[in-house]
Amino acid sequence: MALSLMDQPSDDGRFGDFGGRYVPESLMPACHELDVAFRSAWADPAFRAELDTLLTEYAGRPSPLTDAPNLSERLGVRVLLKRDELNHTGSHKINNVLGQALLTRHMGKRRVIAETGAGQHGVATATAAAVFGLECVVYMGEVDVERQALNVFRMNLLGAEVRPVSSGSRTLKDAINEAMRDWVASVEMTHYCLGSVMGPHPYPWMVREFQRVIGDEALAQCRVKIGGVPDFVVACVGGGSNAAGIFAGFADTDSRLIGVQPDGGAAIGRGTPGVVHGSKSMLLQDEFGQVIEAHSVSAGLDYPGVGPEHAHLAEIGRAEYTMVSDAEVLEAFQVLSRSEGIIPALEPAHAVAWVMREAGRSIPSGSTVLINLCGRGDKDAAQVMEMLKR
Amino acid sequence: MNPSVETTLRAHRDRGRKLLVPYVTGGLGDNWALVLPALAAAGADAIEIGIPFSDPVMDGPTIQEASAAALAGGATPLSIFDDITGLDVGSAPLIVMTYYNIAFHMGEHRFAASLAGAGISGAILPDLPLEESVSWEREAAAAGVETILLAAPVTPDDRLAQIAARSRGFVYAVGLMGVTGERAGVAVSASTMGKRLKAVTDKPVLIGFGVSTPAQAVDACAEADGVIVGSALVRRLLDGAGPEGAARFIGELRRALDRG
Repeated sequence: MALSLMDQPSDDGRFGDFGGRYVPESLMPACHELDVAFRSAWADPAFRAELDTLLTEYAGRPSPLTDAPNLSERLGVRVLLKRDELNHTGSHKINNVLGQALLTRHMGKRRVIAETGAGQHGVATATAAAVFGLECVVYMGEVDVERQALNVFRMNLLGAEVRPVSSGSRTLKDAINEAMRDWVASVEMTHYCLGSVMGPHPYPWMVREFQRVIGDEALAQCRVKIGGVPDFVVACVGGGSNAAGIFAGFADTDSRLIGVQPDGGAAIGRGTPGVVHGSKSMLLQDEFGQVIEAHSVSAGLDYPGVGPEHAHLAEIGRAEYTMVSDAEVLEAFQVLSRSEGIIPALEPAHAVAWVMREAGRSIPSGSTVLINLCGRGDKDAAQVMEMLKR
Repeated sequence: MNPSVETTLRAHRDRGRKLLVPYVTGGLGDNWALVLPALAAAGADAIEIGIPFSDPVMDGPTIQEASAAALAGGATPLSIFDDITGLDVGSAPLIVMTYYNIAFHMGEHRFAASLAGAGISGAILPDLPLEESVSWEREAAAAGVETILLAAPVTPDDRLAQIAARSRGFVYAVGLMGVTGERAGVAVSASTMGKRLKAVTDKPVLIGFGVSTPAQAVDACAEADGVIVGSALVRRLLDGAGPEGAARFIGELRRALDRG
């Protein structure tokens, strides 16, 4: 059997030219330890069974795959939704953190730290920490603390400490910087529970593997529901964990894979190769290699880089990466709410927005389109309410 | 040909002198480069120049603030090279410290050549570990630039020996688990690092991270050959110390180390 297009990276953590492990020496032993721990756990049926039980009984998997009949009729294409917003904590982030929390316990560590943008990964990490009895600190940019106040409260309620980050752009990128600084000082007792398919090896690979449950389920569900695979699989991309998860199920099929980025944070398209936060990937940067701040209505996609495997999938042409505007996203947020009774998070509203714009254009009428609805929009309601008033 | 870091530091060490290497953020203020000759005159054995990066994950609040200020003032790698080209700092070799993306973006070959052309003898890229630095080390060596590698308290023994063997100029011993910045006292891990590295290499071993006062510098030199002092100096420069204030501080450190 031929190797999967989304198989393991090389031993040094590369997907083609991208990836690697660009971290200070102080973090190298921890990255190595994590690599060994993940490889052994992932090959261990007992670990897999334990995680499956958690995903089923605690997170509520499998998530349904449903038709969006009203939106389908409006657009002239058949829209299917992978309902990962129905997971416990309201997004796909729980898939990854349950895996990493189990690994944390296997490695004998008692403390986890995380970065968060929209707060979804922070909430998921705080949740897993509560279940596993781990100390939890979440770094969050001050801008995001403000626009995602509800999630800050949820994290506090779950027993996590939220540390606002006031450096740089005060968003996700700076939260990652601060989490890495914490980790450099605390690495012997602390696991960094990174929320996306980025960072130093083994994170991009490990997080994708923890998220591939989305794609594996969706592939099986599509076979039952439509007797095959959809023409398009569409997911939003910031760091790109939900996209990596669903793409992993379809990489070796004929489905076209579409990653939708915010146009103010489209590392693939507007970026160039660069190295930040532990790996080589595509990056928004100036002519001297200084990282440029991203700008997006969505805190979860407000990031100037992208996971290295996405840079690779773009380079080999297996996945296509596009962008939508904040205005298109706001429109999609409302349309999905009204047409299907589903309030999406602003992040997957990017995927919906692209489908709304391209149906009948680059998506031929009559196509079948699977959208990964990776998060629910409760957290965004207050922010969108303010924006719609203006 | 720029002066060799390793030859210079070995010569000082071998005549019984403890080594002192201050760090300054490049481009911090219009006349920042005037600090360099003042540091050399005050007894610096080599000088580190930081090229500011937007996302300095190994740096604490002081260097972060200085980096942001320098970038806001328009500092670029090229402006920093321009500012120091032809500068007379006596026999003290200049070393650049920056994050890898600055070198990667310019291209390793061009970055190495630019360093050499600006009179810089060495380079420290703290986010480029052994496994990722092979091609950079080759480009640097070809341009006559010494690549100084870092060893950390958690580095295992076998890896420590590899780092010491591949490092050029000196071996940078990260004295504590954490980011750069001033601390109340020298970490126990600093003296352990000094001892472990001295056991595997004859190259100069310098302790950096958390060395901020004359007493701490003396402490850190109990096992090691010298110290790197960054945040404590940069804090003074941010507070407006200027070349004279910087020289005064480095002079105090120099005299403390000479007294032992």
